[in-house]
Amino acid sequence: MEVAQQEILTQPATKATTKVSGSVALLEALIAEGVDTIFGYPGGAIMPIYDALYDYNDKLNHILVRHEQGGTHAGQGYARTSGKVGVVFATSGPGATNLVTGLADAQIDSTPLVCITGQVFAHLLGTDAFQETDVINITTPVTKWNYQVTDANEIPEVIAKAFYIAKSGRPGPVLIDITKNAQIQLFDYEGYTKCEHIRSYRPKPIVRPQYIEQAAALINQAKKPFILFGQGILLGSAEQEFKAFVEKSGIPAAWTVLGAGAIPTGHPLNVGMLGMHGNYGPNVLTNECDVLIAIGMRFDDRVTGRLDKYAKQAQVIHLDIDPAEIDKNVKTTVPVWGDCKETLPLLTALVEEKQHTEWVNLFNEYTRKEVEAVIEKELNPQSGEMTMGEVIKQLNDLTHGEAVIVTDVGQHQMVACRYAQFNKTRSNVTSGGLGTMGFALPAAIGAKYGAQDRTVVAIIGDGGFQMTCQELGTIMQSGVDVKIIILNNRFLGMVRQWQELFNDRRYSFVDIQSPDFVALAAAYRIPGKRIDERADLQGALKEMLDNKGSFLLEVMVTKENNVFPMVPQGCSVSEIRLK
Amino acid sequence: MSNEETIKQEYNITIYTENQVGLLNRIAIIFTRRKINIDSLNTSPSEIESIHRFNIVITESEEVVRKLTRQIEKQVEVLKVYYHTNEDVIWQELALYKVSTDIIAEKVSVERLLRENGARAVVIRKDYTVFETTGHREETDNLINILQPFGLIEFVRSARVAIIKDSEGFNSKLREFERLEPGEEVIENEYLNKGSKVFTM
Repeated sequence: MEVAQQEILTQPATKATTKVSGSVALLEALIAEGVDTIFGYPGGAIMPIYDALYDYNDKLNHILVRHEQGGTHAGQGYARTSGKVGVVFATSGPGATNLVTGLADAQIDSTPLVCITGQVFAHLLGTDAFQETDVINITTPVTKWNYQVTDANEIPEVIAKAFYIAKSGRPGPVLIDITKNAQIQLFDYEGYTKCEHIRSYRPKPIVRPQYIEQAAALINQAKKPFILFGQGILLGSAEQEFKAFVEKSGIPAAWTVLGAGAIPTGHPLNVGMLGMHGNYGPNVLTNECDVLIAIGMRFDDRVTGRLDKYAKQAQVIHLDIDPAEIDKNVKTTVPVWGDCKETLPLLTALVEEKQHTEWVNLFNEYTRKEVEAVIEKELNPQSGEMTMGEVIKQLNDLTHGEAVIVTDVGQHQMVACRYAQFNKTRSNVTSGGLGTMGFALPAAIGAKYGAQDRTVVAIIGDGGFQMTCQELGTIMQSGVDVKIIILNNRFLGMVRQWQELFNDRRYSFVDIQSPDFVALAAAYRIPGKRIDERADLQGALKEMLDNKGSFLLEVMVTKENNVFPMVPQGCSVSEIRLK
Repeated sequence: MSNEETIKQEYNITIYTENQVGLLNRIAIIFTRRKINIDSLNTSPSEIESIHRFNIVITESEEVVRKLTRQIEKQVEVLKVYYHTNEDVIWQELALYKVSTDIIAEKVSVERLLRENGARAVVIRKDYTVFETTGHREETDNLINILQPFGLIEFVRSARVAIIKDSEGFNSKLREFERLEPGEEVIENEYLNKGSKVFTM
């Protein structure tokens, strides 16, 4: 362990030491890092840690999940609403491999997690021992950093490093695998020191004034500037700095799915959502703006559509904390490397106060067209079966846009992101990059623990719910208050939509049957209701929100509704379809 | 994008890292994930104690290489990554050739050929002799062709090691890395000093 010793500021040798086990050192480290909640599942190789946890019950709230994947998603939900690091415990072997989906999700969505896995005794490594898997190598591609601890002496330094890496710079998941002998081993504990520097790790690029100046000059001469913003603003806690920039420059701003809520939905310069199912104006006008200002976003293919026809006319300014994102997908004219919390105020100071009235009006015109062609009939249908959109609209009216909305993946996710009102930051919790069905139910549990004073509503499809519905057990046992809405269209809707549009309606294995969800909830002692009449919608939503504790509301919606607008795969953003 | 950017050629990637178990895998998967073949990979201690140096050779366009180096540099235990064309480095590969001693003893021409190609005998035994050369790929390949007709028993070539022509080593950089607030020079940026080329303002 030459490296950890060199890299981490160690305690002065004069400090008094006490003998503690590796497990106790781990739990002390978590407390020192401000951890209050752990999502986990015990097993053989992590038993010493759970044994130590027995005595820490008053300081660390351990939530017993029903599957380790649920643990990681709960940790993600917690991190997304609280801004803190989510902590997950799992045992070796299958416990650890079950983390992989959540790690991959957290990696692509830059969510800070510290996962602790138990591992077989160090002397058994490589012997195919019971519940031994090569967790470090399995998780390397889906973690920002991982490390195997085989000696208890390493634990304080390694955990300090884990938290520092998970939350600094561009955040991400970290996995620490601790062999059972290290958990048991007694060692001279010298206390815990937080890590603040690793010589080989540069979390933040240095802000270079010349780029800020060049960016400001480009913005000041622009006639049709356009801002694209992403989760980077939330991750950098730069919402105020961003609002000041938008308001001074008068530039219309559109968001990626994970950027939703960085500025309130109703802000006059918030012109809507980007991407495949984003709004009409932001997509079309991407190819008409003269200066594109991307802030804390990574030009995902679902945002850009066909790259060789993406904003080719525009000068591109890219603000990002991760140098590897600059020029990765879209060629940048001015790269503004750095934490947007630092770079945005510098930029705001140099941009001229302006109003781009005509240009903003052009966005509003596109909005009018979209309302007429798509939105009105989605949100206010007069007849026929219920739509997903009207459920979201009614929910907005009742929560006044103050709720945390957690979504799964598919049609309901796109509808919820499009139509949910977000007055506050850290309100939209969803699986963006990885598109993990089954994310929402466990993530909602974590989201509530991360924001206990807020209403948390999970909106889930009938398919995705069945992927992780065992977490109803976690809700039952922990008593966490999560409102669950299942938008049931009796199809795997997004795949069905693609099959309808691009595969001649050959509905191949998208017809999914569901159990009686309300009865399933009842089996977990969670009250619920199923409705299929529009007249019952508002009352049922009220009943759900007013209920003390969790509630499951199943809403039967149109079977074959499509999410529009849509940029078909392989098309340019300007080829967005309204039907 | 300029033509230069998209033409595939050999690039020498030099990576300064901490000496950490598992880092080789973390670096290797950055290539394999993109289905890029590693032509040659060498790891060794660097000029600085405790700092390791990787030399990786791939055949790719500069655009791809630049993106790869950024992804590598993003890894927590990687200090610094450079990439260079073959013109920018001094490089060598070492090759060993095993041939039957009888044949060499019988045919004087073989000994002459070996000498002409800069080969040196490492081991001479009754049954076989091992020769060694160092040089560029063409040179070591050439000797295979020469020895083949005389019954080359075994051949092996090392990974490439390369020294960057225009480099002052890593010592001063490392001192910057060890500071909490490093100076600007530790994070090189290809836009710096090339402002006129990059900005169209």
